[in-house]
Amino acid sequence: MFFPISHADVNPIYLVVVGFLIGVLGGFFGVGGSFIAGPALRLAGIDWNFAVGTDLAHIVGKSVVAAKRHRALGNVDLRLGLIMAVGTIAGAEVGAQLIEVFKRAGNVNVVVSVVSIVIYVSISTFMIWESWKTLARAKRFAGPKKSTVPAAKADESAFQHVTKKIQGWRIPPMISLRESGVTISLWIILLVAFVGGLCSGFLGGGAGYIRMPSMVYVLGIPTHLAVGTDLFEIIISASYGTFTHAIKGNVDILIALVMHTGAAIGAQIGAISTQYFAGPKIRLAFVPLPLIGAAIVIYTMFSGHKL
Amino acid sequence: MSPRSKTAVRQTLRAFALELVIYAALVTGYFFAVLHFLGGWLLQLETQHIRVYAVVAILLIIGQAVFLEWVTTSLLRFLRGGRSE
Repeated sequence: MFFPISHADVNPIYLVVVGFLIGVLGGFFGVGGSFIAGPALRLAGIDWNFAVGTDLAHIVGKSVVAAKRHRALGNVDLRLGLIMAVGTIAGAEVGAQLIEVFKRAGNVNVVVSVVSIVIYVSISTFMIWESWKTLARAKRFAGPKKSTVPAAKADESAFQHVTKKIQGWRIPPMISLRESGVTISLWIILLVAFVGGLCSGFLGGGAGYIRMPSMVYVLGIPTHLAVGTDLFEIIISASYGTFTHAIKGNVDILIALVMHTGAAIGAQIGAISTQYFAGPKIRLAFVPLPLIGAAIVIYTMFSGHKL
Repeated sequence: MSPRSKTAVRQTLRAFALELVIYAALVTGYFFAVLHFLGGWLLQLETQHIRVYAVVAILLIIGQAVFLEWVTTSLLRFLRGGRSE
């Protein structure tokens, strides 16, 4: 099928399947999935600029569907999402400026590649350690005592002692997040969001791979709420990204709509599936995602073939 | 799992599957409607009024997500005779 805006000839079934897979991942883990969607669009022969912009447009739609589903399940903290959107947009702008600095220095590709590999591998390693330890501890202390929290929504973390310390930093103004059951300094929320935005602007994509884990480990948000809130936050930041890319002529909305036909279905399945898994299991299943991202970057670095 | 909760899970999954089938049909129809009625206009906007195109692009993708889900929910409520389930 020919898409006249991007002048690309792509099989729509391929776009629907890619959209569906990314939709399932997004609904389940609260990530945009651009580290897979971007290379997948490139493989279909779509120019790099259109791949990035169009991917963002489809992420907006998919996140709306998944966030609505998570909201119905009580997994979205709107207050936290709105605060985080401010920090994310600011961070994304700084990240984009950093890219320009390294572009002028002539080493942007090497720097971005090395930084992204370090970040992806660090997140995965940390999450394997933490979720493994949490699951082992839960098994050891599993007794006859009944929990008041439904099994699937039960959330423990081996990193909780550090999270509690961070929550104890009383830097005014303190924000009470009733839905998440957390009271924390506004500045810490903004800092977490800013770092996520910085990664998004500097490394590309929505940076859900760093924001979702940091919401759990730094802010102490329960995993299910972190997934839903991250998706809500992605709606705002990806809409902003879509607009800025669209005015540069980088968005083919027809390709995005085809991808979204698959993504909308996948996102609902992913979101519903979170109800059947406890927090540490979701985090453990999350581990391969940043590793896939790292593998793609290593491949492009050594083959010189930009996916 | 007790037989009663098994039945409840089966009913929930069936309702969800029905919702997905209706939603998938609507989403596909939406794309073809946009392609047929707005395809040429979108191409023209992209080349001549890029800012309007950017706004329309976001509205189309959010519209697809919000409007079609509302249609699906309303349709299901109608099919179930007013029960929201």
